[in-house]
Amino acid sequence: MKAKITITLKNGVLDPQGKAIEGALAGLGFAGASDVRQGKVIELKLEENDEAAARAKAEEMCKKLLANPVMENYQIEILA
Amino acid sequence: MKPSVIVFPASNCDRDAAAALEQATGKAPLMVWHGEASLPDTDFIILPGGFSYGDYLRSGAMAAKSPIMRAVIDKANAGTPVIGICNGFQTLCEAGLLPGVLLRNSGLNFVCRSVTLRVENNSSLFTSGFEKGAFVDFPVAHHDGNYFADDETLTRLEGDERVAFRYVDNPNGSARNIAGILNEAGNVLGMMPHPERVISPLLGGVDGAAFFKSVVEAAA
Repeated sequence: MKAKITITLKNGVLDPQGKAIEGALAGLGFAGASDVRQGKVIELKLEENDEAAARAKAEEMCKKLLANPVMENYQIEILA
Repeated sequence: MKPSVIVFPASNCDRDAAAALEQATGKAPLMVWHGEASLPDTDFIILPGGFSYGDYLRSGAMAAKSPIMRAVIDKANAGTPVIGICNGFQTLCEAGLLPGVLLRNSGLNFVCRSVTLRVENNSSLFTSGFEKGAFVDFPVAHHDGNYFADDETLTRLEGDERVAFRYVDNPNGSARNIAGILNEAGNVLGMMPHPERVISPLLGGVDGAAFFKSVVEAAA
């Protein structure tokens, strides 16, 4: 199965890259864009054929390496 | 004393750290590759600055999971003094030996210059050579040096006198101007500035030499 893991900064964690993007969008004339936050997406293949097992493994990967709970949240999508 | 320096792929201050240790102890430290599963006989460990694994994923995230780090964590938990400088500080946070994390600098710029630090605590192994409130000048060179932790953690760090150094003029947005912190037991120090880069007048300063001399004397 494939897993798609979206990692975002927690609310309240300063995101200077998001701020810079917001400034650049405003500079291009996109009025009204606010609260820009930058995150990352990690895709990977898992050998598990069972969705629950695949999700459990991705969850463990997030906890051990892919996300840092001090500053990040993560969301796991299991794709067939 | 048998100091050692851990070398990760893309560490770039490992030799500076070795030179500082050699100056302070009179002999060259052991250089330990990150892929090793165990440490040699050592009683003092430095995680040096650099850009281990190209800062992939998060600064220090990959280094913190290197094979050698299991041994470093065990040693640290057993009381061996460990200093993480710059990328070493990031790695200690990612390894869970220190609380918090180093975020991207608030000004987005890579900051590379000398900064003045205030010694906040002189009762630790690492800072006992200084007066409380003394000022030292160490260089910083980082993109991700913005120390962040939740308010509760920050207040606990301050209450337990675990803030070792604070910036006088905050270069990176660090919470409460924190430049360096100690673990609960006081044997692990993480700091963004580089004392190992100012160990001789030829390098532009000697505050780092005083730092290493006092650390080595206190740890001996």
